[in-house]
Amino acid sequence: MPKIEVDTNRCKACYLCVNVCPKKCLAPSKTISKKGYFPAQQIRPEDCIGCKMCYVMCPDVAITVLKD
Amino acid sequence: MSTILAKKPSTLTDLPMHYCPGCGHGIVHRLLAETFEELNIADRVIGVAPVGCAVFADDYFTCDTVQGAHGRGPAIATGVKRSKPGAIVFSYQGDGDLASIGMAEIVHAAVRSENITVIFINNAIYGMTGGQMAPTTLVGQVATTAPKGRDPKMQGWPINMCEMLSQITGSKYLARVAVDTPQNVLKAKACIKKAFENQVNNVGFSMVEVISQCPTNWHASVEQALEFVRTKMIPQYPLGVFKDEGAK
Repeated sequence: MPKIEVDTNRCKACYLCVNVCPKKCLAPSKTISKKGYFPAQQIRPEDCIGCKMCYVMCPDVAITVLKD
Repeated sequence: MSTILAKKPSTLTDLPMHYCPGCGHGIVHRLLAETFEELNIADRVIGVAPVGCAVFADDYFTCDTVQGAHGRGPAIATGVKRSKPGAIVFSYQGDGDLASIGMAEIVHAAVRSENITVIFINNAIYGMTGGQMAPTTLVGQVATTAPKGRDPKMQGWPINMCEMLSQITGSKYLARVAVDTPQNVLKAKACIKKAFENQVNNVGFSMVEVISQCPTNWHASVEQALEFVRTKMIPQYPLGVFKDEGAK
């Protein structure tokens, strides 16, 4: 099953990934990061189809797309 | 055991980028880094960083980098390329850098058909210095030096670099792309890759103009900035390949 990991030290909470995700399985985190942002996180990993659109749009190269 | 479908390219350093949230610079940096990896040229790339938001670009790429004076990127890239013909040289410039103070350098690099690749980030404003009007600022667009919006009677019209340089015999590859949607980012990747392949094949002067968003100086949210790119920037700066003489 595909899943994504967000590097919270790089994410600057622009949420471009949240907006482009076709399955809407990303959302802003409720916890604040070391940088002072609310980084994006995967809220419904079971819906992820591994299309990599979040990775393609991320300006901070914070996203890694994995497949089990 | 999980396999990695996509991750940060090895040609980018681990340092988090200093760009504002939602800025297009980071996307273009990643596309360049992926191109270096895919063309297997990472060990012979030399970049020329501009004056502007991307002045610290040397911190993010693992390749060697020269930091040039404002607008002089193509002239420095010319020198590097002529002294080290085996190197793959690219100049990374913004619109204030390339279309204003560096107009002479970019035109004459194209006239001489220097075998370099120029990445031109067009966000219609001076980003780093605080949102002053650039030559590419749209008619009616508000900037700190055009508080009532750009008025053609006073400040003239925006300049379309790709169309202008396409008149020069020496320019060999000119493309304009945007990074507002995943589809456009993938098209931008293809154009950037083509521009570097041209240099590997000694085709001549190649430039890719990237329409980028600047949420901070446009005083917009990230979504509003992307909307501005789609509804205002792209009608003024149509996307596409303007010249491709390497294909012949």
